[in-house]
Amino acid sequence: MPAARRPKLAVWKFASCDGCQLTILDCEDELLALADAVEIAYFPEARRGQIRGPYDLSLVEGSVTTPHDRERIQAVRRASKKLVTIGACATAGGIQALRNFADVRAFAAAVYASPQYIETLSASTAIARHVPVDFELRGCPIDKTQLLDVMTAFLYGRKPNVPAHSVCLDCKREGNLCVMVAHGTACLGPVTQTGCGVLCPSHNRGCYGCFGPKETPNTAALAAWLRRLGLGDGEIMRLYRTFNADADAFRDESRRHGP
Amino acid sequence: MAEREAEHSDDAAVINRAGVAALLQALVDSGHHLVGPTVRDGAIIYTDITGLTDLPQGWTDRQAGGSYRLERRGDAALFGYAATPQSWKRFLHLPTVRLWRAERTDDGFAISEAPEPARKIALIAARACDLQAIAIQDRVLQGGRYPDPGYAARRRDIFVVAVNCGSAGGTCFCVSMQTGPRVRSGFDLALTELIDGDRHEFLVEVGSPGGAALLAQLPRRRAGGDDVAAAAAVVARTAAAMGRAMPRPADVPALLRRNLEHPRWEAVADRCLSCANCTMVCPTCFCTSVEDTISLDGRTAERVQRWDSCFTMDFSHVHGGSVRASPRSRYRQWMTHKLSTWWEQFGTSGCVGCGRCITWCPVGIDITEEVAAIAASDGAGGARGTP
Ligand code: SF4
Ligand code: SF4
Ligand code: SF4
Repeated sequence: MPAARRPKLAVWKFASCDGCQLTILDCEDELLALADAVEIAYFPEARRGQIRGPYDLSLVEGSVTTPHDRERIQAVRRASKKLVTIGACATAGGIQALRNFADVRAFAAAVYASPQYIETLSASTAIARHVPVDFELRGCPIDKTQLLDVMTAFLYGRKPNVPAHSVCLDCKREGNLCVMVAHGTACLGPVTQTGCGVLCPSHNRGCYGCFGPKETPNTAALAAWLRRLGLGDGEIMRLYRTFNADADAFRDESRRHGP
Repeated sequence: MAEREAEHSDDAAVINRAGVAALLQALVDSGHHLVGPTVRDGAIIYTDITGLTDLPQGWTDRQAGGSYRLERRGDAALFGYAATPQSWKRFLHLPTVRLWRAERTDDGFAISEAPEPARKIALIAARACDLQAIAIQDRVLQGGRYPDPGYAARRRDIFVVAVNCGSAGGTCFCVSMQTGPRVRSGFDLALTELIDGDRHEFLVEVGSPGGAALLAQLPRRRAGGDDVAAAAAVVARTAAAMGRAMPRPADVPALLRRNLEHPRWEAVADRCLSCANCTMVCPTCFCTSVEDTISLDGRTAERVQRWDSCFTMDFSHVHGGSVRASPRSRYRQWMTHKLSTWWEQFGTSGCVGCGRCITWCPVGIDITEEVAAIAASDGAGGARGTP
């Protein structure tokens, strides 16, 4: 082990489904090694007690959607040496950022019997909009191999192996047949950051963009091609407006095709 | 494998379908893994095959910029299709290779090299452009002072059954690149499929002593002048049906050199997704990068080499950032290297005219069309630029 004292790990939850945190528990084969390498100081999904901060590494899941979240993330940041956001909610506002395109009070009125008790912000926002973030791990949910790599990189002081290029590059390395070229299926792979292990194209589906925009994403050129494949504005808008709806490039492109 | 050129020589023979089956079986019997064309997921791909029944009999493809469709032919041709989605690169210059692995020991660490045992493979139905591409990768990966030992080992024992193309694809332009459709070197045996009414035969030409020895084992008849003429007609017909042409190929290296600031680069960057598909499918693109990983307990480390691409930002990352931050500069780097600076570096073009980058570009960007656009307004944007 690099350090005599095991670094303290904390896992925080904001507005999210818990799927990304559960990816940590899903690291079944590596879980014991992980528990050896770090002291799991705060992780309500995994242990009841809480060891006081400061924490060497905080993993933050979820987006900021309430006034309380907004204050809490400041406290988390203050208690953390390194803060890594995990998942589409924490890095791009998540699926709940669909509210950013509509009136959240109308949603609350439709869902709750007494909406006046609901205290919520008008937008769901990424953690980095509120505090400095040391690294953003993408995905809905995150990929277990990438998560382990980021934690290992943190432990050994090296750069994480988390490339920002397209899904396509890995799709071709895998030897998949391109579903867009060979079947005419809409695929967001050319504008989406890799990381999922090319899950959907490997099963003859188009990429849904779970890992958000890649580096220099040309969303407009892909949209123009999707139109040639027969997609209408509504379909193009919905394609860009899912789990990473509030990521800059996807948000701007979806707005060009809908409200 | 012999480098000598094949002539339509006396040792040419004619075999039928059963002869092709016997050829494949003889290769298996001599310890080869067959890699060849088969239909999968709606395309004709190169993969491991077991024999004649795996071949894409009666199938062909329709290719255009950003589009590929599998279609039925009206006959039972075994090789009646054009370039496959990916090339032989997958089998010789692997997409992912572990270079080494290290274990922590009491007094340091021990490195274990992990050379993948090279399989003895037979390439079935390699095309003229494919063989040119292999010759180019040979020069790059094993022709210099630091040969890639993994590539050299995989490359050494291949047996090549080539096919002269009987049908040109919609994105093919080998004729203008002078790389096809007739195979000239780099094969052991070359087939030309002869289909006419009830006739379904194959002219077999010999490219190496190994090929001659194998042919001697097959049921065959000696080729006559009309067989040779029929095969020549097949190739001529294919050559006349190219889907594309590279405009003024001899001028292209200089044309691109003097048009580094041409406005067309900006126009293509508006459409280019910098997705890297073109470089992945290109049979000559050879770039890789290495990735190091450490286990969580710090006891093992390994280094993996992967295909990489000049279309990613990381590929040109140096201290301070990416040298080619704009998609414009990345597309320009790719195309000028392929068609222009490759000559200076390796003495040939880096493009064999297979058309894969056109078909498999998700937005149908066409290297021949981009060259034509620059040629049409040669000099627009000023005489010189910086790469
Ligand atoms: S299937 Fe999608 S991810 Fe794969 S190469 Fe085609 S466009 Fe890219
Ligand atoms: S030219 Fe086409 S395949 Fe190549 S990077 Fe651009 S969009 Fe992708
Ligand atoms: S540049 Fe395009 S046409 Fe030329 S060899 Fe590469 S993939 Fe084939």
